Amino acid sequence: MIEPTSLIAVRAHEIRAKLGNAEVLSDISIDFLRSRWTSIVGPNGAGKSTLLKVLAGLTPFTGSVELLGQPMQSLPAKQRAQQLSWLGQNEASPDDLTAYDVTMLGRLPYQPWLAPASAADHAAVAKALRSTHAWDWRGRTLGQLSGGERQRVLLARALAVESEVLLMDEPLANLDPPHQTDWLLLAKALVASGKTVISVLHEISFALQADDVVVMADGRVTHQGVCADADSHRAIETVFDQRIAIHQLAGQWVALPKIQIENLKI
Amino acid sequence: MNNAQNRQAVLLASLLLVASCGLLLLGITVGSTGFESVANMQRDPQAMQIIWEIRLPRTVGAWLAGALLGLAGAVAQGLFRNPLADPYLLGSASGASLGVALAMALFGVSPLATQWVARLGLTGAAFLGAVAAVLLTLLLAKGVQHTLRLLLAGVVVGVVLGAVTSLILLLTPDIMQAMQAFMLGTTAFVGWTACAVMASAFGISLIAAWLMSHVLDGLALGESTAQSLGLQLPQMRAALVAVLALATGTAVAQTGLIAFVGLAAPHLVRSVVKTTHGRLIVLSSLMGAVLLAAADVMARWLMAPQELPVGVLTAVLGGGYLLWLMHRHTGRGAGL
Repeated sequence: MIEPTSLIAVRAHEIRAKLGNAEVLSDISIDFLRSRWTSIVGPNGAGKSTLLKVLAGLTPFTGSVELLGQPMQSLPAKQRAQQLSWLGQNEASPDDLTAYDVTMLGRLPYQPWLAPASAADHAAVAKALRSTHAWDWRGRTLGQLSGGERQRVLLARALAVESEVLLMDEPLANLDPPHQTDWLLLAKALVASGKTVISVLHEISFALQADDVVVMADGRVTHQGVCADADSHRAIETVFDQRIAIHQLAGQWVALPKIQIENLKI
Repeated sequence: MNNAQNRQAVLLASLLLVASCGLLLLGITVGSTGFESVANMQRDPQAMQIIWEIRLPRTVGAWLAGALLGLAGAVAQGLFRNPLADPYLLGSASGASLGVALAMALFGVSPLATQWVARLGLTGAAFLGAVAAVLLTLLLAKGVQHTLRLLLAGVVVGVVLGAVTSLILLLTPDIMQAMQAFMLGTTAFVGWTACAVMASAFGISLIAAWLMSHVLDGLALGESTAQSLGLQLPQMRAALVAVLALATGTAVAQTGLIAFVGLAAPHLVRSVVKTTHGRLIVLSSLMGAVLLAAADVMARWLMAPQELPVGVLTAVLGGGYLLWLMHRHTGRGAGL
């Protein structure tokens, strides 16, 4: 897919990455379009999370990554942090900080050293907490929140960065169905306002709500395309060994497990 | 919302400062010669000397050593993202013990010696031992970037140096009792020189830790997220380890191995006010200072005119507090 550079949010070129001695990503070159939501899907161990970490510059790799047209390695850390926001999976949770303080950490890239939070910082934090419906417990510590509530605060922290590009690894973890739907609407709203969202999602039906999908297996990208495309659906079914089937239901694409009689035998 | 938090923090800080002043006064009046020394201070030059040369410096010294340990505890727990981390984690305690044991075995000095050369020699040996042990830990962990490796290396260094210290003790039984006093921790020999050293170390550590407090906040979100927020983790982590080593090394060198203050102070603060590290560091220093100053006064008071080693008191009180904290948490169905 050849696109003018201005339409590309993140470009990865000839990426290779290792975890220990095992090569997890082998020669991946891929572009992520601007103002689009792209889902990355694939079986366990396909290298999805590692690819996301490479795109965020959080793990060693060979190759090159361009963020909004600039080589990421040469970007000053603060500038990169303003342009790219990261929400990890199963990361530490600061149990002794309040939801408000945690969200305010998302403003670190904007705060000069030792400067107190500005009015803009407070406004961004309030907006982020409200958009994930976490405003009501802003004064409670994360240790006092349930898993799903905590996840919404961490999501607010990522939103408070107000970056052009958001990378999220399993953002739906621990969320109940209404808040999964909220997250979905939030992602769509972010994209509508010009932001770029790249997410790793296990829930295929949710992943298919995105604009584009990247399918990965064994450290390679096996397919990249528009979510509504039949080709994309076939690629997803293939990568999951034909154990799921993608159907259309009420105007949406859903992935259902394929249940065959022989599978029921124990 | 932030305001309530602010108020709590300011209130706690004020309380701790008031307690510090109270303990300072109490520290002047308590001792083997009792309150009379204060009453006679104006007329009796000996009473004046007791207060000015013995009681005041040791009270101030206990306050400062406690502040250093409280600060180090807050930094250690933030840096290692572990509420059970304590300032002695990087092997500084065992290094200091080994340094002191070596100095005593080789030069035959006693920690009870009053000559300042001997005191300075032991203090220097303890400080060098603490710093050498931290460096050894860093060497074994191949730097400061891998937290778990750092913790494990600290444990290994602690065990090995501890074994060497025991061996020295076994070979030179004469120093056994003097060594025991050091291991238990004591504030009895703190003079004005020691106070000046601790005050400088505390000033430097406090400013440095405060300047890097946002890094500790960021680290609470996990390494990846902290890095994604543009924090320069490698440099900052190295600087924080240096702060930890300076604060702990200085406190240990002057007062021996005082248990639990570094571990308990940050917990006590957090049980009252939930706040970011910028404030936690200051409050935890004050809390540590008050804890040790109080323990020092009690050590002199409980069995007066005899004196308890202050380390025994902090161990009993700190241990009791941690047990209580643990049971309170299990009662609520949450982990410590």
